[in-house]
Amino acid sequence: MTQPVTPIEPIVWRRKHLLGIEPLSADEITLILDTAVQMREIMDRPIKKVPTLRGRTVVNLFMEASTRTRASFEMAERILSADSLSVQAAGSSVSKGESLLDTVRNLEAMTPDVIVVRHSSAGAANFLARNCNSRIVNAGDGAHEHPTQALLDAFTLRQAKGRIAGLKIAIVGDVLHSRVARSNIHLLSKMGAEVTLCAPPTLLPQEFSSLANLTWRLDEAIEGADVIMMLRLQQERMNSAFISTAREYHAHYGLTMDRLKKAKKDTVVLHPGPMNRGVEISSEVADSKSSLILDQVTNGVAVRMAVLYLLLGGGRE
Amino acid sequence: MTKTATPKRSKAAKDTLVLSATQLTTAIKTMAAKMMADQKDVASLAIVGIQSRGVPLAARLAAAIKAKTGKKVDVGSLDITLYRDDLSTIGTRPVLKSTNISFSIDGRAVVLVDDVLFTGRTIRAALDELVDFGRPSRIALAVLIDRGHRELPIQADYVGKVIKTTRSDMVDVRLAEIDGKDEVVLIKR
Repeated sequence: MTQPVTPIEPIVWRRKHLLGIEPLSADEITLILDTAVQMREIMDRPIKKVPTLRGRTVVNLFMEASTRTRASFEMAERILSADSLSVQAAGSSVSKGESLLDTVRNLEAMTPDVIVVRHSSAGAANFLARNCNSRIVNAGDGAHEHPTQALLDAFTLRQAKGRIAGLKIAIVGDVLHSRVARSNIHLLSKMGAEVTLCAPPTLLPQEFSSLANLTWRLDEAIEGADVIMMLRLQQERMNSAFISTAREYHAHYGLTMDRLKKAKKDTVVLHPGPMNRGVEISSEVADSKSSLILDQVTNGVAVRMAVLYLLLGGGRE
Repeated sequence: MTKTATPKRSKAAKDTLVLSATQLTTAIKTMAAKMMADQKDVASLAIVGIQSRGVPLAARLAAAIKAKTGKKVDVGSLDITLYRDDLSTIGTRPVLKSTNISFSIDGRAVVLVDDVLFTGRTIRAALDELVDFGRPSRIALAVLIDRGHRELPIQADYVGKVIKTTRSDMVDVRLAEIDGKDEVVLIKR
């Protein structure tokens, strides 16, 4: 009813899929984060439900273990009134040897609007986007990308620090196997943060040297950092000797209270979960007031609501 | 809710001034006076503006009531986008604006405020959204302009001005807070 004064909104969402952060522009990232701010407000209402995606169907296809991400997507879908169903590898025909494409084509025959996919192989989401008609949301594909995690991290940082540009951010731990790190490196550098990656030499790929500073020394990474993002040591993806023992790893790369004290007074700590307490992060730090770990979880729902809302824009295809 | 495409404005287009800045101010004062007459207990009143131009209008109504009674009235904002009935047919997603009702509306007399009442679909969405925040004792509607052409059985309780329009006309409400000046213009198409 209100006639627009500005002829056209400068940023509109035109993508069919969310496959990763790498292809997104800073404007698109900002649009998702701004949309998520309004979605976050819904979660504080007495009735946490809006009718926006009524009659839309979302399939959550999780071919790899997940608690947080799957629960978060399901929560986001419910708050937006979408109908959703979750399919997990265990207990599905995948365990009978059905291929990913066959599984998805069969699910697609039930006419969902969006398929949220988590898979242990890098490129799985892109592969489905090329071969299916549904909109695809990448909920983590191997060591490639986990875009909604990076978005919720960014949302949490904006909430805590008011901005992303200019922040000094240390990403510490198993960078090599981490899709969270990969998505975050792309997002944070696009948004103008200064990123330092810190890991043992075996877990620190050189490919990011153009986007971030690299160091093997934790104290160096932490010094002056506004934000410390800890990564989970992904022992399930380690098929050879990347580290000697978890104990030694903790001694050199574990975030403890003593180390955290060397950072700034208002340095905040993020972790995508699940945490290996006593390995990459001490319990004391994880439960300290510097930790934003549970805020990340809350914000994850809002960010996923924003993504689903934007992807399901436009007419039905 | 029915957004008309931005019109091709030729220099020959006939724009009629519906309300001048002074008339707009008077209209708000008159509406505020009626609200106070209907709700003697001003403290139980809450004014909720619908994004975008209902929001500054709500603030102005509250200011007018405060000027008369000295009492502060709660003011909130409502973005109805997520409750629209045409989300699956319109093009790209509208950018969401803030919804902020930081007080309980239970048992309160809530006045919804919008700039133009047209099809009534925006108000339907606003009513659905508002009741998700609580159970007001009464919900009333205040609009600066009623331009007719209702598609739903919805009427305003407080109206600045009723004007005759055709369906394709545009009513452009400009407010200092958003547009830099106060005026209401009817654009014939």
